[in-house]
Amino acid sequence: MNYISSIGLYLIMIKDTFRRMTKRKVLWRLIFQEINDLILKSLGIVVFISFFIGAVVTIQTALNLTNPLIPKELIGYAARQSILLEFAPTFVSVIMAGKVGSYITSSIGTMRVTEQIDALEVMGINSLNYLVFPKIIAMLIYPFLIGISMFVGIMGAYLAGVYGGFLDGAQFLKGLRDDFIPFHIFYAFFKTIVFAFLLATIPAFHGYYMKGGALEVGKASTTSFVWTSVVIIITNYIITQLLLS
Amino acid sequence: MIKVENLHKSFGDTDVLKGISTVFDKGKTNLIIGQSGSGKTVFLKNLVGLFEPEQGYIYYEDRRYQNLSASERRNLRKEMGMVFQGGALFDSMNVEENVKFPLRMFTKLNNAEMKNRVQEVLERVNLKDVNTRFPAEISGGMQKRVSIARAIVNRPKFLFCDEPNSGLDPRTATVIDNLIQELTKEYDITTVINTHDMNSVFEIGEKIVYLQDGHLAWEGTKEEIHVSENKDLTDFVYSSNLFRKVKVAYQKGL
Repeated sequence: MNYISSIGLYLIMIKDTFRRMTKRKVLWRLIFQEINDLILKSLGIVVFISFFIGAVVTIQTALNLTNPLIPKELIGYAARQSILLEFAPTFVSVIMAGKVGSYITSSIGTMRVTEQIDALEVMGINSLNYLVFPKIIAMLIYPFLIGISMFVGIMGAYLAGVYGGFLDGAQFLKGLRDDFIPFHIFYAFFKTIVFAFLLATIPAFHGYYMKGGALEVGKASTTSFVWTSVVIIITNYIITQLLLS
Repeated sequence: MIKVENLHKSFGDTDVLKGISTVFDKGKTNLIIGQSGSGKTVFLKNLVGLFEPEQGYIYYEDRRYQNLSASERRNLRKEMGMVFQGGALFDSMNVEENVKFPLRMFTKLNNAEMKNRVQEVLERVNLKDVNTRFPAEISGGMQKRVSIARAIVNRPKFLFCDEPNSGLDPRTATVIDNLIQELTKEYDITTVINTHDMNSVFEIGEKIVYLQDGHLAWEGTKEEIHVSENKDLTDFVYSSNLFRKVKVAYQKGL
């Protein structure tokens, strides 16, 4: 029952976020600020993780392909498929649930605890629109971050494969191009946009409706990470079932 | 002027406000006092529109809040300023941006005009050279003053203060009290202050409303407290030796 009422409250929050828009000039400033906080400041960790994930995927694939009848190009093919379909969109989004999600929950939660949200409401400002809407818009840039993650992941895979001595560059590039299905790119970016929306709104929900003090802000951040990850993984399954099966 | 009629508010099965009726006059510092849990904060949050009462009416001058449309309520809120207990300054903005915020949101002033207005109110609350500092970099007393500056920058008709001098040393608390009273007279606004501080009551209380268990148990002026026979009120107000001596001194005409 508690879960159902939470889902209902979440949906009401989404509806209220798009009502009574904040002054456009102010909103633009907030959106650029959020792009900086949520996207640009995540670039470093995403590049770092993507590079090494790509490298490890290649090494694992290469070490498991012991049969001499299996062509080496398959390493490049497997790296591409893993990175494009899952590691970049889903794995990075789960990491972002920790990084961006806890930032959103703790910043909004602290505003709740210190009555800053009440201050906005007393002034007649729709606090949900002021706080959550710019985050949703900023997260529209998120697919670009995932695009970078895909590129860097494949770079990591190439370097680990070629310089690790598992295959040569031409073999990797051939595998990378083999049986390429453009729809997979659509699938990956479609689910990235859905994850971006979840990454902006679920942590905001946990911060906005939290009750208590500083300790509860910490607890809300943890809960927010758990629920954002769970919803991302379930949504990933549903989208995959609908689009690829 | 704010008029409250038969205000009721409950949370679940708990009735917090049980039919409060009173009037807060314009140009006066009106104080709400009462023990913890008496309903002061809930009453104040009803007055500023953060809570919706189940029953009863609130009139802001001649406008009945419950009859106003959503946009009329938003416009009314632009006429309100509020000083929160902890200041509620926006952490991500410096002092100048905090004070400028209501102007940026609700006026068409250009940047230079906004800057002038901000400077004017910061000087009015006796703050200098703090424009670029962030809330975490200034003292509690300064934060309260910035909060007052933000509340008055858009020239409100109604000023609400939730325990404005809590957590401050006695000297700073008196400075804040006097500042609020001066601004109330200067701008001719209706000020409602929620407080536990008996110093505030005897310093600036022009009308005092005493809440007890969600009821309005007594109302009057600070002078009338000294001669009141309401035992709960006198027990509350004169709980310290110092104020018992104040009462004796008052009754002796000292």
